[in-house]
Amino acid sequence: MKILVTVKRVVDYNVKVRVKDDNSGVETANVKMSMNPFCEIAVEEAVRLKEKGVASEIIVASIGPAQAQETLRTALALGADKAILVKTDEEVQPLAVAKILKEIVAKESPEMVIMGKQSIDGDNNQSGQMLAALLDWPQGTFASEINVSDGKVAVTREIDGGLETLELTLPAVVTSDLRLNEPRFASLPNIMKAKRKPLEEVSSADLGVDIAPRTKTLKVEAPAQREAGIKVDSVAELVDKLKNEAKVI
Amino acid sequence: MAILVIAEHNNQELGAATLSTIAAALKIGNDIHVLVAGKSSQPVAESVSVCEGVTKVLHAEHEALEHATAESLTAIVVELASNYSHILAAASTFGKNFMPRIGAKLDVQPISDIISVESEDTFKRPVYAGNAIATVQSTDAIKVITVRATGFDAVATSGGSAVVESLTVDGHISQKSKFASQELTKSERPELTAAKIIISGGRGMGSGENFHMLEEIADKLGAAVGASRAAVDAGFVPNDYQVGQTGKIVAPELYIAVGISGAIQHLAGMKDSKVIVAINKDEEAPIFQVADYGLVADLFQAIPELKDAL
Ligand SMILES: Cc1cc2nc3c(=O)[nH]c(=O)nc-3n(C[C@H](O)[C@H](O)[C@H](O)COP(=O)(O)OP(=O)(O)OC[C@H]3O[C@@H](n4cnc5c(N)ncnc54)[C@H](O)[C@@H]3O)c2cc1C
Ligand SMILES: Nc1ncnc2c1ncn2[C@@H]1O[C@H](COP(=O)(O)O)[C@@H](O)[C@H]1O
Repeated sequence: MKILVTVKRVVDYNVKVRVKDDNSGVETANVKMSMNPFCEIAVEEAVRLKEKGVASEIIVASIGPAQAQETLRTALALGADKAILVKTDEEVQPLAVAKILKEIVAKESPEMVIMGKQSIDGDNNQSGQMLAALLDWPQGTFASEINVSDGKVAVTREIDGGLETLELTLPAVVTSDLRLNEPRFASLPNIMKAKRKPLEEVSSADLGVDIAPRTKTLKVEAPAQREAGIKVDSVAELVDKLKNEAKVI
Repeated sequence: MAILVIAEHNNQELGAATLSTIAAALKIGNDIHVLVAGKSSQPVAESVSVCEGVTKVLHAEHEALEHATAESLTAIVVELASNYSHILAAASTFGKNFMPRIGAKLDVQPISDIISVESEDTFKRPVYAGNAIATVQSTDAIKVITVRATGFDAVATSGGSAVVESLTVDGHISQKSKFASQELTKSERPELTAAKIIISGGRGMGSGENFHMLEEIADKLGAAVGASRAAVDAGFVPNDYQVGQTGKIVAPELYIAVGISGAIQHLAGMKDSKVIVAINKDEEAPIFQVADYGLVADLFQAIPELKDAL
């Protein structure tokens, strides 16, 4: 079975972003960029399915600027076979991401799409569910375990009360949660090999998709800052403060 | 036009986050309908019908809705959608699962995790793990929105008198996705997102066994127990304990962080707590930058002392 995995280039998770002075967005110039961590987990899961003989081919796709090629090369170094860059310098919101991916699915005919549950920049948590809807495929979001057998995939999901397992008919869309696996690091020989793997480039216009944003960002502000507190010297002092000053216990 | 809120429940009780979602809906308009889709969920429909501000309850009953899938819920809501200007649900794992699916079916870009209503089409939401707050305006005809419960005070659970209308949903049950099983974390303690006091442990706890020390304190304070991602990944506690950007968002009266360094992703889930206490042996730990009261100490000494002092 063919698997499509999506990878997004985002501000690295270690960077504490700064809001721009004109409130138009956050500063991204000269900021370290990386693969969205949930997408790394998605790639790893596909590679493991290939190692188990469940998957035959892994295609990775990214929508973004030319630099998203680096993100795709990383995915190729981790074990994907072929990459597709849908190149655009515009903001692409999840509805448009889903519409673009629907076209890629039509072209490549994967039986499963594995995506991250959430981009850590926009914190949307939408694209996977939206792609599943447009394809009319079932969805298994926030996955911490997946098992493929007989045209079905059992997806164990992290939900607010614990875990839930769904049985989905393939083809299906799965989105990864943190506990799905622990991604490997790319080895140097694999990084070299990845340079020769195919990376195809298309534009959203080639795919005939309207990507105009539906929500406008009017302004972006820094959150309210907490005032620095105090250090207490002992547990006794802490309990006293909580009882008599903060009055919370 | 009316606003539709989709209720989160376990067929017996309404989830607390839905009360905050109804509160958000009331900031947008005043004709609030609530969909209760379940199995033997009559008690939920009844309790919703008396909630403050609710004008109508749509009650859908079906065997397969005991654990409703995103596919079935979406089909039910999409059929109703043209009657509504806004469709809202809590930004819990429940709401986040199906609301984007509804959005895509309606050709709408949903808005996740709103913390304030600026006008009927403009909302504030955190991005970048809460390090920036975006004000966004929707240009779609129907607004599909998930609501961060900590941003809105719950409506009263009495005083209302909504009519309850039954819906037939037989044609909307998906065969492509089926509930197989669930493994819910059992606890006598309050739920994390509803607790007034939370005590959370991190990697510094060292083991799941050691979390019992926090549980003992939680029981004395009537608190819930939470955790950092590192503590969950290490298998100390179940996944639903995780507080943070990609876990639960909490804002209790008192949050006690024990052996937690204070990574951006953890702070994103708890920095709106009223009072924050940090106990950590590393005085440079970033958690101290947001703590009202910091105690630099070895937790294995401080926690037993704290238990005795309470
Ligand atoms: C995509 C993504 C999403 C994430 N989402 C979340 C999330 O939702 N929630 C979350 O929490 N994290 C999340 N993280 C992880 C986050 O970046 C941190 O790795 C994590 O929060 C660290 O957990 P910790 O503070 O328990 O562990 P550490 O950072 O290892 O800190 C342990 C702390 O314990 C202290 N300590 C050790 N021993 C003792 C002792 N005996 N007494 C007192 N103090 C002691 C140490 O000084 C240290 O400060 C996410 C990361 C990524 C990449
Ligand atoms: N521009 C993009 N390119 C590739 N994948 C994307 C893009 N945007 C979102 N995704 C995928 O959708 C997931 C969820 O993103 P979001 O809905 O933005 O939170 C991400 O983890 C990616 O796997």
